[in-house]
Amino acid sequence: MKRVLNSVLTVVISFCLVAGFSPASVAKAENIKVGAILAVTGGASFLGGPEARTLEMMVEEINAKGGVNGKKIDLIIKDSGANPEKAISFTKQLIEEDKVFAIIGPSTSGETMKIKNIVEEAKMILVSCAAAEVIVNPVAKYVFKTPQKDSHAVEKIYRTMQLMKIKKIAVLAGNTGFGKAGKGQLEKMATEYGIEVVMTEVYDKKATDLSAVVAKLMANKDIQAVVNWSIVPAQGILAKNMRQAGWDVPLFQSHGFGNVKYIEAGGAAAEGIIFPAGRLLIANSLAEDNPQKQLLVRYLIDYEKKYPDDKVSTFGGHAYDALTILVAAIEKAGTTTDREKVRDAIENLKGVAGTAGVFNFSPEDHNGLDLSSFEMLTVKDGKFAIYNQ
Amino acid sequence: MTPELFLQYLFAGITYGIIYAIVAIGFNIIYNTTGIINFAQGEFVMLGGMIAITMHNFMPIPLAIVVAVLITMVVGALIEMVFIRWLDSPSVLRMIIITIGISILAREVALHIWGESVRALPYFIGNEVTSVTIFGARISPQVLWVIGVCSLMVAGLSLFFKFTSLGREMRACAANRRAAILCGINAKNMVTLSFVLSAGIGAVAGCVMSPITYSDYSMGPNLAIKGFTVAILGGLGNSLAAVAAGLLLGIIEAFSISVLPLAFQDAIATSILLLILFIRPHGLFGSSEAASLKEF
Repeated sequence: MKRVLNSVLTVVISFCLVAGFSPASVAKAENIKVGAILAVTGGASFLGGPEARTLEMMVEEINAKGGVNGKKIDLIIKDSGANPEKAISFTKQLIEEDKVFAIIGPSTSGETMKIKNIVEEAKMILVSCAAAEVIVNPVAKYVFKTPQKDSHAVEKIYRTMQLMKIKKIAVLAGNTGFGKAGKGQLEKMATEYGIEVVMTEVYDKKATDLSAVVAKLMANKDIQAVVNWSIVPAQGILAKNMRQAGWDVPLFQSHGFGNVKYIEAGGAAAEGIIFPAGRLLIANSLAEDNPQKQLLVRYLIDYEKKYPDDKVSTFGGHAYDALTILVAAIEKAGTTTDREKVRDAIENLKGVAGTAGVFNFSPEDHNGLDLSSFEMLTVKDGKFAIYNQ
Repeated sequence: MTPELFLQYLFAGITYGIIYAIVAIGFNIIYNTTGIINFAQGEFVMLGGMIAITMHNFMPIPLAIVVAVLITMVVGALIEMVFIRWLDSPSVLRMIIITIGISILAREVALHIWGESVRALPYFIGNEVTSVTIFGARISPQVLWVIGVCSLMVAGLSLFFKFTSLGREMRACAANRRAAILCGINAKNMVTLSFVLSAGIGAVAGCVMSPITYSDYSMGPNLAIKGFTVAILGGLGNSLAAVAAGLLLGIIEAFSISVLPLAFQDAIATSILLLILFIRPHGLFGSSEAASLKEF
């Protein structure tokens, strides 16, 4: 028994050693080191997976073209598994050991909020890929984010409801940071648009069947529409359970629905779902003069060519935008060492087209997107389409 | 509550319950021959579903399911042979840690093979919106598949353990391992067989539930916790009790939604587990005398 224990210990220790001496920490000094903390595995892997793949693809391309300001980018991806504690220790590691120039990520709002103060104190640029508005409101000097704001998504949904003459709704949310933030916004902004939230329910993010809660909501005949604010797989499961129960009120989802795979998972039940999203999902049907068109189509083609098993999603797009902004700022500042100058440059970037929209940063706005970055989409014949009333 | 709504909750509860019961039966089969809880049971369910989904790209659903179940059974056998078989009368604690390790290993391997995305088998009959009406309650035909297939498996297992000599040999190992060995039964083979069997039924459950619940690499632990609760609730080692306990837990969960917020659903299962452990640690249907003779 003791011998076995010893050998187990040896294995564990050698694993730790291997992990410590990752190739990233012996990278060449003259390159620009960019850290990324992403939830590549775990519950939010549908965010971190595409984000990591997108960054790897982009860095490869940038370096093949000779890099930024003549210097290549060294990308150091840390997989946080959506665990805030891990995100914190990776942040410290990236700042103190790897001495990166800037950090991209984390994937989730909860993690970003945990490391906001750490990067702020270390004067480290952070471009988050997470959605919650609290990340940039109040503004922190070194913290930026690329996804659209929750409040804009809610505004888009409520405006659509007004047009549809919907007054009474039920709100469902997953028990994640994203779900809670969305539920809060929905409840806060409802009266402003003359809408009443009749019932709210929160479910576990790993819920596998929602038919019982659908039965509960369905029994309330006042409800004219359902808004669901969560992450996959519940988004598809809810749609299936509602339609199977024969309940045909409109189903609205959040901007977390932006992946073709969710339509596939929802199948026929996904038809008619209405949700706000960036224009990436409908890139091919955009007008030629749209400032985002060219970039969206190129990202879409490049990504699906490099990762044939995967479909492009708005989440990978958030990482695309983060690196695009960082590179644009480094080029504008004309330096690869002066972090302050690059930070100032981000704050003054205007009209940078990304996948989420056209970014116009300012000292007051570290998100840079406005309401027009969202489009209301729906699912038609198994594809995303622009929603027309 | 209208009768239709009552039935709607009831069917939702039966669907949850029967899935929990199948996982619990997987626990029981292995517990009976080895005296340990195999915490990788949820991973068998995951593997069954995921392999079937991959196979479905090359072959029709029924064949894909058969292949997936067979592969999972082979995996079950391999796990037993590589990790368990060569251990000489290991302690319960050590075995449990080994199975937890296997569960983590299986999940990581699945993550590397299939990635993090969520997949599903297509519905066996109809599609995502098809439903049948039973006394005014509308349910998906897939729910009937789950209930039907799982009931058949339970019945088949009961017959197997009662009437086949192989089944009787396995039960003999459960009742008294040393006596069984003295009777010429190869106890080690019976342990392997128990892993094969529980991997097999886990995989079948993973396939039939996949259209309803989806499959992904990380679905195992949640199922294992619920299955474990049910196995304890019914009394460890008793498969028919597991069915009763599974249905009970599923139905309690479903009806709890009608009065409590949905968020409490999982808290209810955990509270029941704790209550049972405090009040009746041998389970609702188990006997305390028999339980006191067991090591775990």
